[in-house]
Amino acid sequence: MENSVIVIGGGISGMTAAGMLALQGLSVTLLEKEKETGGHLARWDRLFPDRRKASEVLDFAREGMKRVNLVTGVTVTDISRQGREFTVVINSPIPNPQSPTPDHETVLKARALLLATGFDLFEARKKEEYGYGIYNNVITSADLEDRFKLKKGILTSEGKIPARIGIVHCVGSRDEKVGNLYCSKVCCVTGVKQAIELKEMLPAAEVFNFYMDLRMFDRHFEELYYEAQQKWNVNFIRGRLSECAENPDGSIIVKTEDTLTGKPFKITVDLLVLLTGFVPAGSTGDIAGMLGLVTGTDGFINSADSHIMNNSTDIPGVFVAGAVKGPISIGEAIADARAAAIQLAIYLNSPTPADD
Amino acid sequence: MIDFGYTITKDRQLDYDRGDMRYYRLVQSLEPSVDVCMECGSCTATCSAGQFTEFNIRKAHTLIRRGNTESIKAELRKCMFCGKCQLVCPRGVNLRNLILAMNRAIELLG
Ligand code: SF4
Ligand code: SF4
Ligand code: SF4
Repeated sequence: MENSVIVIGGGISGMTAAGMLALQGLSVTLLEKEKETGGHLARWDRLFPDRRKASEVLDFAREGMKRVNLVTGVTVTDISRQGREFTVVINSPIPNPQSPTPDHETVLKARALLLATGFDLFEARKKEEYGYGIYNNVITSADLEDRFKLKKGILTSEGKIPARIGIVHCVGSRDEKVGNLYCSKVCCVTGVKQAIELKEMLPAAEVFNFYMDLRMFDRHFEELYYEAQQKWNVNFIRGRLSECAENPDGSIIVKTEDTLTGKPFKITVDLLVLLTGFVPAGSTGDIAGMLGLVTGTDGFINSADSHIMNNSTDIPGVFVAGAVKGPISIGEAIADARAAAIQLAIYLNSPTPADD
Repeated sequence: MIDFGYTITKDRQLDYDRGDMRYYRLVQSLEPSVDVCMECGSCTATCSAGQFTEFNIRKAHTLIRRGNTESIKAELRKCMFCGKCQLVCPRGVNLRNLILAMNRAIELLG
Protein backbone atom coordinates (compact mmCIF):
# COMPACT_ATOMS: atom_id res chain seq x y z
CA MET A 1 0.00 0.00 0.00
CA GLU A 2 1.40 3.39 -0.97
CA ASN A 3 2.30 5.86 1.72
CA SER A 4 1.02 3.69 4.50
CA VAL A 5 1.90 4.24 8.12
CA ILE A 6 1.47 1.92 11.07
CA VAL A 7 1.10 3.56 14.45
CA ILE A 8 1.70 1.22 17.39
CA GLY A 9 -0.12 2.24 20.55
CA GLY A 10 -3.53 3.85 20.90
CA GLY A 11 -3.04 6.15 23.86
CA ILE A 12 -3.30 9.90 23.46
CA SER A 13 0.01 10.14 21.57
CA GLY A 14 -0.76 7.38 19.08
CA MET A 15 -4.33 8.60 18.55
CA THR A 16 -3.24 12.19 17.98
CA ALA A 17 -0.43 11.27 15.59
CA ALA A 18 -2.58 8.80 13.67
CA GLY A 19 -5.30 11.39 13.25
CA MET A 20 -2.85 14.04 12.04
CA LEU A 21 -1.24 11.64 9.56
CA ALA A 22 -4.62 10.58 8.16
CA LEU A 23 -5.63 14.23 7.77
CA GLN A 24 -2.58 14.65 5.55
CA GLY A 25 -3.98 12.04 3.21
CA LEU A 26 -1.84 9.14 4.33
CA SER A 27 -3.22 5.67 4.82
CA VAL A 28 -2.85 5.01 8.55
CA THR A 29 -3.40 1.88 10.61
CA LEU A 30 -3.38 2.19 14.39
CA LEU A 31 -2.65 -0.96 16.39
CA GLU A 32 -3.77 -1.06 20.02
CA LYS A 33 -3.34 -4.00 22.38
CA GLU A 34 -6.38 -3.20 24.53
CA LYS A 35 -9.98 -3.44 23.38
CA GLU A 36 -10.35 0.35 23.50
CA THR A 37 -8.14 3.28 22.61
CA GLY A 38 -7.38 5.96 25.17
CA GLY A 39 -4.61 4.36 27.22
CA HIS A 40 -3.99 5.88 30.61
CA LEU A 41 -5.94 9.01 29.75
CA ALA A 42 -9.14 6.96 29.72
CA ARG A 43 -8.69 6.35 33.45
CA TRP A 44 -8.46 10.03 34.35
CA ASP A 45 -11.38 12.01 35.66
CA ARG A 46 -10.00 15.55 35.45
CA LEU A 47 -6.64 16.81 34.21
CA PHE A 48 -4.14 19.17 35.81
CA PRO A 49 -3.76 22.07 36.07
CA ASP A 50 -7.18 23.44 35.04
CA ARG A 51 -9.12 20.29 35.84
CA ARG A 52 -10.89 20.04 32.53
CA LYS A 53 -12.52 16.69 31.93
CA ALA A 54 -10.19 14.02 30.55
CA SER A 55 -13.08 12.66 28.50
CA GLU A 56 -13.23 15.90 26.49
CA VAL A 57 -9.61 15.51 25.42
CA LEU A 58 -10.22 11.87 24.58
CA ASP A 59 -13.33 12.68 22.55
CA PHE A 60 -11.35 15.28 20.61
CA ALA A 61 -8.64 12.74 19.78
CA ARG A 62 -11.21 10.10 18.80
CA GLU A 63 -13.02 12.59 16.60
CA GLY A 64 -9.74 13.23 14.78
CA MET A 65 -9.28 9.54 14.03
CA LYS A 66 -12.22 9.10 11.67
CA ARG A 67 -10.00 8.28 8.71
CA VAL A 68 -7.70 5.98 10.66
CA ASN A 69 -7.93 2.23 10.21
CA LEU A 70 -8.21 1.22 13.86
CA VAL A 71 -7.30 -2.31 14.95
CA THR A 72 -7.71 -3.04 18.66
CA GLY A 73 -7.05 -6.05 20.85
CA VAL A 74 -3.93 -7.08 18.93
CA THR A 75 -0.28 -7.56 19.80
CA VAL A 76 2.66 -7.04 17.46
CA THR A 77 4.62 -10.27 17.26
CA ASP A 78 7.25 -9.43 14.66
CA ILE A 79 8.63 -6.47 12.74
CA SER A 80 11.17 -6.57 9.95
CA ARG A 81 12.55 -4.02 7.52
CA GLN A 82 13.25 -4.54 3.84
CA GLY A 83 14.84 -1.36 2.51
CA ARG A 84 12.24 1.34 2.98
CA GLU A 85 9.39 -1.06 3.70
CA PHE A 86 8.37 -2.57 7.01
CA THR A 87 6.55 -5.82 7.63
CA VAL A 88 4.56 -5.96 10.85
CA VAL A 89 2.98 -9.18 12.07
CA ILE A 90 0.10 -9.05 14.52
CA ASN A 91 -1.31 -11.91 16.50
CA SER A 92 -4.85 -12.09 15.17
CA PRO A 93 -6.70 -12.06 11.88
CA ILE A 94 -8.26 -8.79 10.80
CA PRO A 95 -10.66 -8.20 7.93
CA ASN A 96 -9.01 -7.56 4.52
CA PRO A 97 -5.52 -8.69 5.35
CA GLN A 98 -2.98 -7.51 2.85
CA SER A 99 -1.49 -10.93 2.35
CA PRO A 100 -2.77 -14.41 3.05
CA THR A 101 -1.28 -15.95 6.20
CA PRO A 102 -2.20 -18.54 8.79
CA ASP A 103 -5.50 -17.52 10.35
CA HIS A 104 -3.98 -16.74 13.76
CA GLU A 105 -1.96 -13.82 12.47
CA THR A 106 -1.99 -10.97 9.96
CA VAL A 107 0.90 -9.47 8.05
CA LEU A 108 0.82 -5.72 7.40
CA LYS A 109 3.13 -3.61 5.26
CA ALA A 110 4.07 0.00 5.86
CA ARG A 111 6.53 2.60 4.67
CA ALA A 112 6.95 4.12 8.09
CA LEU A 113 6.29 3.19 11.70
CA LEU A 114 5.37 5.39 14.61
CA LEU A 115 5.97 3.94 18.06
CA ALA A 116 3.63 5.29 20.70
CA THR A 117 3.58 2.45 23.16
CA GLY A 118 3.59 4.84 26.10
CA PHE A 119 4.24 3.70 29.65
CA ASP A 120 3.03 1.44 32.42
CA LEU A 121 2.34 2.66 35.91
CA PHE A 122 4.92 1.57 38.46
CA GLU A 123 3.67 -1.55 40.22
CA ALA A 124 3.19 -0.20 43.75
CA ARG A 125 3.41 -3.68 45.30
CA LYS A 126 7.13 -3.61 44.60
CA LYS A 127 7.51 -1.01 47.37
CA GLU A 128 6.45 -3.56 49.95
CA GLU A 129 7.24 -1.27 52.89
CA TYR A 130 4.50 1.09 51.68
CA GLY A 131 1.89 -1.64 52.10
CA TYR A 132 0.01 -1.51 48.80
CA GLY A 133 -1.85 -4.77 48.36
CA ILE A 134 -1.23 -5.53 52.05
CA TYR A 135 -3.05 -2.71 53.87
CA ASN A 136 -6.51 -2.00 52.50
CA ASN A 137 -6.32 1.73 53.04
CA VAL A 138 -3.23 2.19 50.91
CA ILE A 139 -4.29 3.01 47.34
CA THR A 140 -2.56 4.47 44.28
CA SER A 141 -3.20 7.80 42.56
CA ALA A 142 -4.72 5.83 39.65
CA ASP A 143 -7.10 4.07 42.09
CA LEU A 144 -8.08 7.48 43.46
CA GLU A 145 -8.66 8.80 39.95
CA ASP A 146 -10.95 5.78 39.33
CA ARG A 147 -12.93 6.72 42.44
CA PHE A 148 -13.21 10.33 41.30
CA LYS A 149 -14.40 9.15 37.92
CA LEU A 150 -17.00 6.72 39.27
CA LYS A 151 -18.25 9.42 41.66
CA LYS A 152 -18.75 6.89 44.41
CA GLY A 153 -17.30 9.07 47.13
CA ILE A 154 -14.12 8.57 49.09
CA LEU A 155 -14.38 6.09 51.92
CA THR A 156 -11.91 3.95 53.82
CA SER A 157 -12.10 0.19 53.45
CA GLU A 158 -14.12 0.19 56.70
CA GLY A 159 -16.68 2.51 55.09
CA LYS A 160 -15.67 5.57 57.09
CA ILE A 161 -15.17 9.06 55.75
CA PRO A 162 -11.40 9.61 56.10
CA ALA A 163 -10.49 12.38 58.52
CA ARG A 164 -6.85 12.40 57.44
CA ILE A 165 -5.41 11.53 54.08
CA GLY A 166 -1.74 11.20 53.13
CA ILE A 167 -0.41 11.59 49.60
CA VAL A 168 3.04 10.14 48.95
CA HIS A 169 5.21 11.56 46.18
CA CYS A 170 7.88 9.70 44.16
CA VAL A 171 6.56 6.15 44.53
CA GLY A 172 8.66 4.09 42.14
CA SER A 173 10.51 7.19 40.93
CA ARG A 174 13.80 8.70 42.10
CA ASP A 175 14.46 5.44 43.85
CA GLU A 176 17.53 3.38 43.24
CA LYS A 177 16.02 0.56 45.30
CA VAL A 178 13.50 -0.13 42.54
CA GLY A 179 15.96 0.69 39.76
CA ASN A 180 14.32 3.95 38.68
CA LEU A 181 16.56 6.94 39.14
CA TYR A 182 14.48 9.28 37.01
CA CYS A 183 11.70 11.64 38.08
CA SER A 184 8.26 10.85 36.64
CA LYS A 185 7.63 14.56 36.25
CA VAL A 186 3.83 14.70 36.42
CA CYS A 187 3.12 13.04 39.77
CA CYS A 188 3.91 16.17 41.79
CA VAL A 189 1.24 18.21 40.08
CA THR A 190 -1.09 15.21 40.12
CA GLY A 191 -0.61 14.99 43.89
CA VAL A 192 -1.45 18.66 44.31
CA LYS A 193 -4.48 18.36 42.03
CA GLN A 194 -5.75 15.31 43.89
CA ALA A 195 -5.15 17.00 47.27
CA ILE A 196 -7.39 19.87 46.17
CA GLU A 197 -10.05 17.51 44.83
CA LEU A 198 -10.05 15.56 48.08
CA LYS A 199 -10.50 18.80 50.04
CA GLU A 200 -13.36 19.83 47.77
CA MET A 201 -15.13 16.54 48.41
CA LEU A 202 -14.21 16.26 52.07
CA PRO A 203 -13.69 19.78 53.42
CA ALA A 204 -13.27 18.52 56.98
CA ALA A 205 -10.46 16.14 56.07
CA GLU A 206 -6.82 17.04 56.65
CA VAL A 207 -4.58 16.30 53.67
CA PHE A 208 -0.80 15.83 53.89
CA ASN A 209 1.55 15.62 50.91
CA PHE A 210 4.90 13.97 51.60
CA TYR A 211 7.37 15.27 49.04
CA MET A 212 11.11 15.73 48.52
CA ASP A 213 10.90 18.43 45.86
CA LEU A 214 7.74 19.88 44.36
CA ARG A 215 8.31 19.92 40.64
CA MET A 216 5.79 22.44 39.40
CA PHE A 217 7.39 22.72 36.01
CA ASP A 218 4.72 24.09 33.77
CA ARG A 219 2.48 27.10 33.46
CA HIS A 220 -0.18 27.38 36.20
CA PHE A 221 1.31 24.51 38.22
CA GLU A 222 2.94 26.70 40.85
CA GLU A 223 -0.33 28.59 41.19
CA LEU A 224 -2.09 25.28 41.83
CA TYR A 225 0.38 24.60 44.65
CA TYR A 226 -0.33 28.08 46.02
CA GLU A 227 -4.07 27.43 45.83
CA ALA A 228 -3.64 24.11 47.65
CA GLN A 229 -1.97 25.94 50.53
CA GLN A 230 -3.95 29.13 50.62
CA LYS A 231 -7.48 28.02 49.79
CA TRP A 232 -7.46 24.38 50.87
CA ASN A 233 -4.94 24.33 53.68
CA VAL A 234 -3.17 21.28 52.33
CA ASN A 235 -0.12 20.40 54.46
CA PHE A 236 3.20 19.80 52.76
CA ILE A 237 5.75 17.76 54.70
CA ARG A 238 9.21 17.61 53.22
CA GLY A 239 10.36 14.07 53.69
CA ARG A 240 10.24 10.81 51.86
CA LEU A 241 7.99 8.05 53.17
CA SER A 242 10.23 5.48 54.77
CA GLU A 243 7.68 2.90 55.87
CA CYS A 244 4.04 2.34 56.86
CA ALA A 245 2.29 0.12 59.37
CA GLU A 246 -1.37 -0.68 59.90
CA ASN A 247 -3.33 -0.11 63.10
CA PRO A 248 -5.99 -2.63 64.21
CA ASP A 249 -8.70 -0.17 63.06
CA GLY A 250 -7.26 -0.14 59.54
CA SER A 251 -5.68 3.29 59.76
CA ILE A 252 -2.11 3.68 58.53
CA ILE A 253 0.92 4.89 60.47
CA VAL A 254 3.27 6.84 58.26
CA LYS A 255 6.92 7.45 59.10
CA THR A 256 9.14 10.03 57.46
CA GLU A 257 11.64 12.60 58.53
CA ASP A 258 10.29 16.13 58.59
CA THR A 259 13.52 17.33 57.02
CA LEU A 260 12.66 20.99 57.57
CA THR A 261 12.61 20.62 61.34
CA GLY A 262 15.17 17.82 61.25
CA LYS A 263 13.07 15.42 63.30
CA PRO A 264 11.59 11.99 62.67
CA PHE A 265 7.90 12.46 61.90
CA LYS A 266 5.02 10.07 62.60
CA ILE A 267 1.40 10.53 61.64
CA THR A 268 -1.70 8.34 61.46
CA VAL A 269 -3.86 8.67 58.35
CA ASP A 270 -7.11 6.95 57.37
CA LEU A 271 -6.23 6.73 53.71
CA LEU A 272 -2.84 6.79 52.01
CA VAL A 273 -2.49 7.59 48.31
CA LEU A 274 0.71 6.56 46.51
CA LEU A 275 1.66 8.69 43.51
CA THR A 276 2.96 5.91 41.29
CA GLY A 277 5.34 6.94 38.54
CA PHE A 278 6.02 5.93 34.95
CA VAL A 279 7.89 2.84 33.85
CA PRO A 280 8.49 1.90 30.21
CA ALA A 281 5.60 -0.13 28.82
CA GLY A 282 6.32 -3.83 28.64
CA SER A 283 5.58 -3.75 24.91
CA THR A 284 8.18 -1.02 24.35
CA GLY A 285 11.01 -3.39 25.18
CA ASP A 286 9.52 -6.10 22.96
CA ILE A 287 9.16 -3.80 19.98
CA ALA A 288 12.54 -2.18 20.51
CA GLY A 289 14.00 -5.68 20.47
CA MET A 290 12.27 -6.59 17.20
CA LEU A 291 13.59 -3.45 15.53
CA GLY A 292 16.99 -3.35 17.19
CA LEU A 293 16.21 0.07 18.65
CA VAL A 294 18.31 1.46 21.46
CA THR A 295 16.72 2.19 24.81
CA GLY A 296 18.29 4.22 27.58
CA THR A 297 19.38 2.63 30.84
CA ASP A 298 15.94 3.65 32.11
CA GLY A 299 14.26 1.48 29.46
CA PHE A 300 12.63 4.34 27.55
CA ILE A 301 13.40 4.70 23.84
CA ASN A 302 16.19 7.07 22.89
CA SER A 303 15.33 9.39 20.01
CA ALA A 304 18.00 10.19 17.42
CA ASP A 305 18.73 13.50 19.12
CA SER A 306 17.08 14.85 22.24
CA HIS A 307 16.76 18.38 20.87
CA ILE A 308 16.50 18.47 17.13
CA MET A 309 15.55 14.90 16.14
CA ASN A 310 13.33 14.12 19.05
CA ASN A 311 10.73 12.24 17.01
CA SER A 312 13.18 10.27 14.86
CA THR A 313 15.16 7.21 15.82
CA ASP A 314 18.39 5.73 14.54
CA ILE A 315 16.34 3.64 12.10
CA PRO A 316 15.10 5.52 9.03
CA GLY A 317 11.33 5.37 8.86
CA VAL A 318 10.84 4.61 12.55
CA PHE A 319 9.44 7.51 14.55
CA VAL A 320 8.51 7.93 18.20
CA ALA A 321 5.96 10.01 20.05
CA GLY A 322 4.93 10.56 23.65
CA ALA A 323 5.69 8.61 26.81
CA VAL A 324 7.57 5.89 24.93
CA LYS A 325 10.48 8.34 25.37
CA GLY A 326 9.87 9.01 29.05
CA PRO A 327 7.50 10.77 31.44
CA ILE A 328 5.36 13.43 29.77
CA SER A 329 2.12 15.29 30.43
CA ILE A 330 -1.03 15.00 28.31
CA GLY A 331 -0.56 18.45 26.79
CA GLU A 332 3.04 17.73 25.94
CA ALA A 333 2.15 14.31 24.52
CA ILE A 334 -0.35 15.88 22.14
CA ALA A 335 2.17 18.48 20.97
CA ASP A 336 4.85 15.81 20.60
CA ALA A 337 2.53 13.54 18.60
CA ARG A 338 1.71 16.37 16.20
CA ALA A 339 5.41 17.09 15.77
CA ALA A 340 6.06 13.41 15.11
CA ALA A 341 3.29 13.32 12.49
CA ILE A 342 4.86 16.23 10.62
CA GLN A 343 8.34 14.68 10.75
CA LEU A 344 6.96 11.39 9.49
CA ALA A 345 5.02 12.99 6.65
CA ILE A 346 8.11 14.92 5.55
CA TYR A 347 10.07 11.68 5.53
CA LEU A 348 7.46 9.97 3.35
CA ASN A 349 7.22 12.89 0.96
CA SER A 350 10.92 13.27 0.37
CA PRO A 351 12.40 11.04 -2.33
CA THR A 352 15.76 10.72 -0.60
CA PRO A 353 15.25 11.49 3.06
CA ALA A 354 18.17 13.16 4.74
CA ASP A 355 18.27 10.53 7.48
CA ASP A 356 18.03 7.52 5.16
CA MET B 1 35.72 40.33 83.72
CA ILE B 2 33.95 43.66 83.70
CA ASP B 3 30.23 43.42 83.34
CA PHE B 4 29.17 45.80 80.58
CA GLY B 5 25.57 44.78 80.98
CA TYR B 6 25.41 42.78 77.78
CA THR B 7 26.76 39.54 76.37
CA ILE B 8 28.01 38.65 72.93
CA THR B 9 25.92 35.99 71.27
CA LYS B 10 27.75 33.44 69.17
CA ASP B 11 27.04 33.67 65.46
CA ARG B 12 24.63 30.94 64.36
CA GLN B 13 25.33 31.01 60.69
CA LEU B 14 27.04 28.21 58.84
CA ASP B 15 30.07 30.21 57.75
CA TYR B 16 31.21 28.32 54.69
CA ASP B 17 34.20 30.63 54.29
CA ARG B 18 35.52 29.46 57.65
CA GLY B 19 34.34 25.89 57.28
CA ASP B 20 36.79 23.10 57.87
CA MET B 21 36.53 21.09 54.68
CA ARG B 22 39.27 18.65 55.57
CA TYR B 23 36.75 16.29 57.16
CA TYR B 24 34.52 16.34 54.13
CA ARG B 25 37.40 15.75 51.73
CA LEU B 26 38.58 12.77 53.70
CA VAL B 27 35.05 11.37 54.05
CA GLN B 28 34.45 11.89 50.36
CA SER B 29 37.61 10.01 49.44
CA LEU B 30 36.65 7.13 51.74
CA GLU B 31 33.00 7.03 50.67
CA PRO B 32 32.24 8.97 47.45
CA SER B 33 28.52 8.14 47.57
CA VAL B 34 28.16 10.87 50.21
CA ASP B 35 27.78 13.28 47.29
CA VAL B 36 24.59 11.82 45.83
CA CYS B 37 22.37 12.31 48.88
CA MET B 38 19.16 14.18 47.97
CA GLU B 39 18.24 15.04 51.56
CA CYS B 40 15.08 12.95 51.51
CA GLY B 41 15.28 12.00 55.17
CA SER B 42 14.54 8.29 54.73
CA CYS B 43 17.66 7.41 56.68
CA THR B 44 16.70 9.57 59.64
CA ALA B 45 13.09 8.40 59.56
CA THR B 46 14.15 4.80 59.88
CA CYS B 47 17.06 5.24 62.31
CA SER B 48 16.37 3.79 65.75
CA ALA B 49 18.97 5.99 67.41
CA GLY B 50 17.27 9.06 65.99
CA GLN B 51 13.92 8.14 67.53
CA PHE B 52 15.20 8.60 71.06
CA THR B 53 17.99 11.14 70.79
CA GLU B 54 18.73 14.27 68.83
CA PHE B 55 20.95 12.21 66.54
CA ASN B 56 20.09 12.83 62.90
CA ILE B 57 22.20 10.88 60.45
CA ARG B 58 21.09 12.97 57.45
CA LYS B 59 22.01 16.20 59.18
CA ALA B 60 25.28 14.70 60.41
CA HIS B 61 26.66 14.04 56.96
CA THR B 62 25.15 17.23 55.56
CA LEU B 63 26.93 19.25 58.27
CA ILE B 64 30.24 17.61 57.34
CA ARG B 65 29.64 18.61 53.74
CA ARG B 66 29.10 22.18 54.98
CA GLY B 67 32.41 22.16 56.82
CA ASN B 68 30.76 22.14 60.23
CA THR B 69 31.97 19.06 62.06
CA GLU B 70 32.16 20.22 65.67
CA SER B 71 28.49 19.67 66.48
CA ILE B 72 28.36 16.09 65.29
CA LYS B 73 31.44 14.63 66.95
CA ALA B 74 29.56 13.53 70.06
CA GLU B 75 26.39 12.76 68.09
CA LEU B 76 27.97 10.10 65.89
CA ARG B 77 28.63 7.86 68.90
CA LYS B 78 24.90 7.29 69.20
CA CYS B 79 24.80 5.31 65.97
CA MET B 80 24.33 1.60 66.64
CA PHE B 81 25.60 0.64 63.23
CA CYS B 82 22.49 -1.38 62.46
CA GLY B 83 22.45 -0.38 58.76
CA LYS B 84 18.70 0.31 58.54
CA CYS B 85 19.43 3.72 57.04
CA GLN B 86 21.34 2.13 54.20
CA LEU B 87 18.52 -0.29 53.47
CA VAL B 88 16.08 2.52 52.74
CA CYS B 89 18.31 5.07 51.00
CA PRO B 90 16.79 5.76 47.55
CA ARG B 91 20.07 7.12 46.23
CA GLY B 92 22.13 4.14 47.24
CA VAL B 93 24.34 6.05 49.65
CA ASN B 94 26.57 3.53 51.43
CA LEU B 95 25.63 4.89 54.83
CA ARG B 96 27.37 2.31 56.98
CA ASN B 97 30.68 2.95 55.31
CA LEU B 98 29.90 6.66 55.41
CA ILE B 99 29.50 6.50 59.18
CA LEU B 100 32.78 4.60 59.44
CA ALA B 101 34.39 7.23 57.24
CA MET B 102 33.05 10.07 59.36
CA ASN B 103 34.35 8.43 62.51
CA ARG B 104 37.67 7.81 60.84
CA ALA B 105 37.93 11.47 59.80
CA ILE B 106 37.20 12.61 63.33
CA GLU B 107 39.76 10.13 64.68
CA LEU B 108 42.45 11.34 62.27
CA LEU B 109 41.74 15.04 62.30
CA GLY B 110 40.59 15.39 65.85
S1 SF4 C 1 7.19 14.61 39.67
FE1 SF4 C 1 7.39 14.88 41.87
S2 SF4 C 1 6.42 13.04 42.73
FE2 SF4 C 1 6.88 12.60 40.59
S3 SF4 C 1 8.86 11.61 40.65
FE3 SF4 C 1 9.21 13.79 40.25
S4 SF4 C 1 9.56 14.70 42.25
FE4 SF4 C 1 8.63 12.69 42.57
S1 SF4 D 1 23.34 2.49 61.19
FE1 SF4 D 1 23.35 4.15 62.69
S2 SF4 D 1 22.53 5.89 61.55
FE2 SF4 D 1 21.96 4.04 60.38
S3 SF4 D 1 19.94 3.50 61.13
FE3 SF4 D 1 21.39 2.35 62.36
S4 SF4 D 1 21.73 3.64 64.15
FE4 SF4 D 1 20.79 4.94 62.61
S1 SF4 E 1 18.25 8.20 52.77
FE1 SF4 E 1 20.01 8.57 51.40
S2 SF4 E 1 19.34 10.22 50.02
FE2 SF4 E 1 17.91 10.18 51.74
S3 SF4 E 1 18.76 11.69 53.18
FE3 SF4 E 1 19.57 9.69 53.78
S4 SF4 E 1 21.52 9.54 52.71
FE4 SF4 E 1 20.40 11.18 51.73
